[in-house]
Amino acid sequence: MMLFKLSLRNLKKSFQDYTVYFLTLVLGVAVFYVFNALDSQNVMQAVSASTREIIQLMLAMLAGVSVFVSINLGFLIVYANNFLIRRRKKEFGVYMTLGMSRGGISRILFGETVVIGLISLGIGLVAGVFASQLMSVLVARMFEADMTSYTFVFSGKAAVKTVIYFGIMYVLVILFNAVTVSRYKLLDLLTAERKNEKVRMKNPILAGAVFLVSLGLLAYCYLSVLGVLGTVDRNQTLLLIGLGSLATFLFFWSLSGLLLRMVQGRKRFYLKDLNLFVFRQMNSRINTMVSTMTVICLMLFLTIGVLSCGVSMNQSLTAELEELTPRDVCMTKSMEAGEGQTPEDAEKSIGEYLEDAGFMVSGELADGYVEITSYVLPELTWESTLGDSREQVMEQFPQLDWSHREELVPLSAYNRIAEFYGAPVYELAEDEYLLLCTFDSVKPIRDMSLKAEAALAVGGKQYRPRYRECQEGYLSMSSSRTVLGIFVLPDSAFEESGALPYCNYLAADYRGKTEAEKLAVEERIDQVTEHGSVYAVSKISLRESSVGIAAIVTFIALYLGIIFLISSAAMLALKELSDSSDNRSRYGILRELGADTEMIRKALFRQIGIFFFLPLSLAFVHSLFGVQFVNRMLLVMQQESQEKSILFTALFILLIYGGYFLATYLGSRRIIEEAD
Amino acid sequence: MRTILDVANMEKYYGSRGNMTKALDGISFQVLEGEFVGIMGASGSGKTTLLNCVSTIDRITSGQIEVGGQDITKLKGNALNRFRREELGFIFQDFHLLDTLTVYENIALALSIRHVSPGEIEKRVKEAAGKLGISGILSKYPYQISGGEKQRTASARAIVGGPKLILADEPTGALDSKASRMLLDCFVRMNEESGSTILMVTHDAFTASYASRILFIKDGRIFSEIRRGKGDKKSFFNQIIDVMALLGGDLNDAV
Repeated sequence: MMLFKLSLRNLKKSFQDYTVYFLTLVLGVAVFYVFNALDSQNVMQAVSASTREIIQLMLAMLAGVSVFVSINLGFLIVYANNFLIRRRKKEFGVYMTLGMSRGGISRILFGETVVIGLISLGIGLVAGVFASQLMSVLVARMFEADMTSYTFVFSGKAAVKTVIYFGIMYVLVILFNAVTVSRYKLLDLLTAERKNEKVRMKNPILAGAVFLVSLGLLAYCYLSVLGVLGTVDRNQTLLLIGLGSLATFLFFWSLSGLLLRMVQGRKRFYLKDLNLFVFRQMNSRINTMVSTMTVICLMLFLTIGVLSCGVSMNQSLTAELEELTPRDVCMTKSMEAGEGQTPEDAEKSIGEYLEDAGFMVSGELADGYVEITSYVLPELTWESTLGDSREQVMEQFPQLDWSHREELVPLSAYNRIAEFYGAPVYELAEDEYLLLCTFDSVKPIRDMSLKAEAALAVGGKQYRPRYRECQEGYLSMSSSRTVLGIFVLPDSAFEESGALPYCNYLAADYRGKTEAEKLAVEERIDQVTEHGSVYAVSKISLRESSVGIAAIVTFIALYLGIIFLISSAAMLALKELSDSSDNRSRYGILRELGADTEMIRKALFRQIGIFFFLPLSLAFVHSLFGVQFVNRMLLVMQQESQEKSILFTALFILLIYGGYFLATYLGSRRIIEEAD
Repeated sequence: MRTILDVANMEKYYGSRGNMTKALDGISFQVLEGEFVGIMGASGSGKTTLLNCVSTIDRITSGQIEVGGQDITKLKGNALNRFRREELGFIFQDFHLLDTLTVYENIALALSIRHVSPGEIEKRVKEAAGKLGISGILSKYPYQISGGEKQRTASARAIVGGPKLILADEPTGALDSKASRMLLDCFVRMNEESGSTILMVTHDAFTASYASRILFIKDGRIFSEIRRGKGDKKSFFNQIIDVMALLGGDLNDAV
């Protein structure tokens, strides 16, 4: 009981030291609860069945992410706790000289951890419950659910999960503490504060060389992800990530020595105020900080990447959707036999197929629906469309399937379906063709052959391109721009050319005025197409899946972003704070020498600022390139959405990271200014 | 000769009304420009409190302390900091050097805090280092040099700003006898050649014998005062031992 009282008193006394740690725990608990309580949001009752399915998928993914998050938080908590007990070595030393056993000290720490754990869980859960009410507004907006009947929700399941996960983490902390304490030697404890760190100056030539190597590696990685050095496959991506991490480490390692040397050369700056102290201070600690800074830089990079990609993907998904789904439904059906299709079935058009399956096309679909057929020629492959640029292009992109047969469509058929969609319609002379392509990574390759005026041979006749680049247009609706290439030719080209029917398209609106009526048609179409060879893409399903994907991406991005950000900021903050207590004597000497309070505060601000700013700025540069890479992979190219996401990410980071910076500065200031 | 330090009726009490300790009980003395004054006393006699009060690290309860005609007990905040960095130089028993800085930078810092121009800093650091015989170790770190060298670095830092008064608190306390002698020789040179005024607290008779005048403190009061006069160091040392015998057994263990 005596020991427990001692723990409580210790906690009260060192509450301010624990502030950052405590706030991080509360934040972690709250975030964990919020993202695990998503399933009990009352919006879930206000969405359709298929949306609910998507939400289930999202919850499953979030649960998986939660495991990862809890491992991350577990590491952070153990790491942070280690720092905090290190600061108290002397206190433990005094206890031990007074005859307390190691077990006694362990029990004190046990008591403290239990108290901190209970309080942080309590406050974190309360904060989480309130934050999840805000979250439900966001969820409702994303899933376009009606939120008129608002009720306050509490998820018991999420609360229990939070308690269990954090409980395990706290037990781990207790075990780690016991191990740490059992290793303590009394002499080390009592002399802990008198430890003098040796200042190692790096060999400037070596540091310079390493610096250049790191810059070179970074440049290589940046250029690679920009695609300047050719396309990047999966293995290369992993290699680039590894190289980038190594380069980051080398960058910080070499920067420590170089920065000081560079500054030392500029006497006017170096010998001004406390600058020389600030830089020496930095130099002495950057040696032990290199790995921490590397980890933090990479975590920040991940945060920025995850957040901005998540946001921009969400933006572009919802923005493009309206444009890409002009009609209620578009069905496609292969007209080639094989792959489970009998020759008779293959010959049928979609209309015939549906009628046979018992679906009354004219009764269910609004008048004016369009049905067209596209064709292929066995000899007309992608390779044959390249013309004179063939060798050059094939050498440059060896991984593409050049034997792919090109899809051909008569001009009149294309114009009919394009008019129906509201897509651009075209005109062609008798010896001209045009090429539709909207897929961003294929378009440049297609453009190359068009620029070279590659001729197209159909039915013994040569056709030349009407335009020198790919045109906009599509036959089937899709949630993103994925037309790889469709050749539009004059109708006359298909007479006696030997072209075989390839694919049948049917675009239509449902007959029905209300959403419910349309949904009924959709469900009947789903029934007849479920096992057949007709593939239907509808506005409703596209929107739901698109909204679902956007929501999943956004929530996971937010979840991971917040956790990464608070863990890296907290790590840095705790390191700085524990160093500040070591630095107290140094700042004391400055005061004895007569430095003004403002001067000392400015020096401290700069010192902490540099440590927060350095990893952030390198992470920012990393993400400038990394985000472009990811966006290109995800085919998100809209400038507008990128700007929005960058703004959002910057604000987010400013708020959390900036908050931690400020808390660290104020905490350190208090530590160095407290009386001996 | 000008009076550099004028302490009048200085009193310092610790504790509250019911349980009061008089650390300094009405001490008055003066230090003239160019003097090398030693203050001796047993532990608990109040000598360190006296130095802390003069150096503005601690505040006195009543009385007056004037440095160069300025009453420093009335200074506050940044005026106090300015006074400390411009008029005083400190030397501590445990050096108080910054372990992250080189010897050169430790000395230069005292000047850059005072906004001295970089060219001037370079010149004055070299000059001070020359006086204390540490020109050869300027690029070394504190952990690479001996205790005596550390203390001479601290001394160079104390004199580099050209302070009115140098305060030394047990400067030889952590040094062996050879390093002590070397340091004290430097003090004497600083005092005689550069005219620095030094106020040194010590409990060691040998260290004290380098001073030109010694104040003995007991229980917060000045017990006696002796001057070296024309005699040599050896006879002054004997004189000190005699006073210490008078003071009582407390100091004997420290000789």
